[in-house]
Amino acid sequence: MAAATAQSRKTAQVRRLLIQAVIVIAIMVIIWSTYTTAQTNLNALGITGGYAFLERATGWSYSFSLLPRSVDDTYLRTLTIGFINTLFLGSLCIVLSTVLGFVIGSIRDTSNLALQTIASAYVQLFRNLPLILQLVFWYAVFIHLPGPRQAHTLGDIAFFSNRGLMLPALNLSGEIALILLLGSILLGVIVLLVRISVARALVIWASGTAIAIAVCLLIFVPQGESIVSVPALKGLRFLGGMQMTIELVAMIVAIVLYSSAYIAEVVRGGLAEVPKGLIEAGQALGLSGRTIWSRIKLPMALRSIVPPLGNQWIFVMKATTIGVAIGFSDLFMIVSTSLTQTGQTLELIAILMGCFLLINFALAQLVDLINRRMQLKAH
Amino acid sequence: MAVVSASDTSTEMVKAPSRMSRFIRMLQRRAFATPADTAISVMVFGLLLYILWLAVDWALVRAVWSAQAVDQCKVDGAGACWSVIDARHRLILFGLYPFEEHWRSTAACISIIATVVLSCVPAFWSARRLIPLWIVGFAAYYLLMEGSLIGLPQVTTDQWGGLSLTLFLFSSVVLLGMPMGLGLALMRRSKMPVVRLTATLIIDFVRSLPLLTTLFTAAVILPILLPEWLQGDKIWRVILAFALFFACYQAEVFRGGFQAIPKGQWEAGKALGLSQWTVLFDIVLPQVFRHALPATINMVVLTFKETAIVIIIGFFEMLASAGAAFGTGEWAPYYLEVYAFVGLIYWVFIFSLGQYGEYLKNRMKVDRR
Repeated sequence: MAAATAQSRKTAQVRRLLIQAVIVIAIMVIIWSTYTTAQTNLNALGITGGYAFLERATGWSYSFSLLPRSVDDTYLRTLTIGFINTLFLGSLCIVLSTVLGFVIGSIRDTSNLALQTIASAYVQLFRNLPLILQLVFWYAVFIHLPGPRQAHTLGDIAFFSNRGLMLPALNLSGEIALILLLGSILLGVIVLLVRISVARALVIWASGTAIAIAVCLLIFVPQGESIVSVPALKGLRFLGGMQMTIELVAMIVAIVLYSSAYIAEVVRGGLAEVPKGLIEAGQALGLSGRTIWSRIKLPMALRSIVPPLGNQWIFVMKATTIGVAIGFSDLFMIVSTSLTQTGQTLELIAILMGCFLLINFALAQLVDLINRRMQLKAH
Repeated sequence: MAVVSASDTSTEMVKAPSRMSRFIRMLQRRAFATPADTAISVMVFGLLLYILWLAVDWALVRAVWSAQAVDQCKVDGAGACWSVIDARHRLILFGLYPFEEHWRSTAACISIIATVVLSCVPAFWSARRLIPLWIVGFAAYYLLMEGSLIGLPQVTTDQWGGLSLTLFLFSSVVLLGMPMGLGLALMRRSKMPVVRLTATLIIDFVRSLPLLTTLFTAAVILPILLPEWLQGDKIWRVILAFALFFACYQAEVFRGGFQAIPKGQWEAGKALGLSQWTVLFDIVLPQVFRHALPATINMVVLTFKETAIVIIIGFFEMLASAGAAFGTGEWAPYYLEVYAFVGLIYWVFIFSLGQYGEYLKNRMKVDRR
């Protein structure tokens, strides 16, 4: 009997080894055959592999860039700009939709029926329509806005026309703004890493960013020019200020509305999970409603909010790829245009995938960091 | 008899609050409790009513319902021009499918919708009923749309479009993705390190990439990597890639379901002398499906929403046919009406499936208590 079980155990082991060996061989055969097929197919098309094309000039233009660009840029620079555009749009949408999502989620959690109704209507409307439908809808609406001369305006300092949204801004160039943004994010991560209270970390981060902006303004704004640049109509176009193309505005509006509806649901769920006894304990101690909210309810809720919130942030980063539907020059659009222009299919797809793996990894690390900061100290 | 009349008088005496008065009392408690609450409620309800009125005024009161020519919509003060839907709804629903064969498209769509609705009925919740149901529904769709196998004129997939293509993508992705997801989930739980590692790599890799990248790779890159006889139609490559995407997320949903099953059940099955596969299919999996149901419905809803993305890689699904409906010539100014119509179709599908998921989640919470 014992010998029989030993025997059957042994055959099972051999079977497992065989299965695994077959899988390894199959994977190797697949890799080898796709490699050789790709070689013959690419040779037939007359395309040489490798990354030498990155040094060539592109010769084509695209809709949006934070950095100065021209058609003489190399592929490397153009792809980098695409990557920066994706990061810029993604992080802007993440910040805006998180703030809006928290506001709407908290409104859904209030006791007032009217507020609940309007917040629910918002969530049900924007969450239950495909994101890309919302995107092409807003793009169609913005294209039909009046021209620059009849632009909608707010006190003659902000304009909204079919050329885009023109806002007053600090008188700094795109590169410096970008460096400031990166510095601010870096400072935020450092502050998160250091073990100090969240409130103090926020103060350090905000004041550090403000000081950096002030220093940049002192150094880089030329003598005699104002600190704030206001857009103004010159002929048929606007000069000065921050100019956001309608592609960018449509992307921001669509992604923020959609994603904030999701985040609102996450926030509402988190708030609803806070045990009632904790709130009642706070009331019994005579704490004010505001203190109960900020010291008990929100910190408790954040622990269950942060993990799904992180997933939503990663979703937002990936969602920027649909910009190609309306011609926003994110990384995906730059890659697919480069692909039709050069035919360097495999290299470009590898770059695209590599960038997204990188974004994913970095964001996951960030969420993990926040998550660890949120855990109860005693655990 | 006497007893009945006694109970009658008692209900007469302690009158239960009518539905109306209960509603008013609820309003008092939840909207008009304090002066501040009242002020907020009046303002917010006022705003909501105003928005609602604007929408109704545009969409119903001032709307032009049917017009022989576009000119009738160009009257001053006219609201929505629903004539564009009247004129172009067949394009939006069926794409470039031959006009005289539209009844087939209609029947095919109904077969998919019926399949989805029937799968929501608890009586169908077993593998023995769900699997045949989906295969029959999908086969009916395919036979009707393609036609040549049942003696109708053949219509090739490149002529499929509109809502019927959206439903085709949706149903084939779910039908293919579900077993793939289960397979990946089982592979990830395997005792064999190579199998486990392969599944983990595939799942994590696909989940890190945007759906569009995966679909784009299938549409554009695979023809370079595969020999010609393996390439197949572009639409099938895209469906397979979409199904893989679905499967990788669904595998994680199933993994959550597996984690909810206590280990003792496996051991109990083994102690009874049942084989590993019997324990898996007859004891564990039914419970896994039950636990995973709400998250699965979430995934299905998400898939329906995401089908719209194939417009980017050149398929003529509902969003693309909507663009075509107002894209050319006379109907160009009426894009709002077309988007409202298409949006409503998507919204009704997604909202009702989502509400159903919520209902199930709550029902299961009650069951567990």
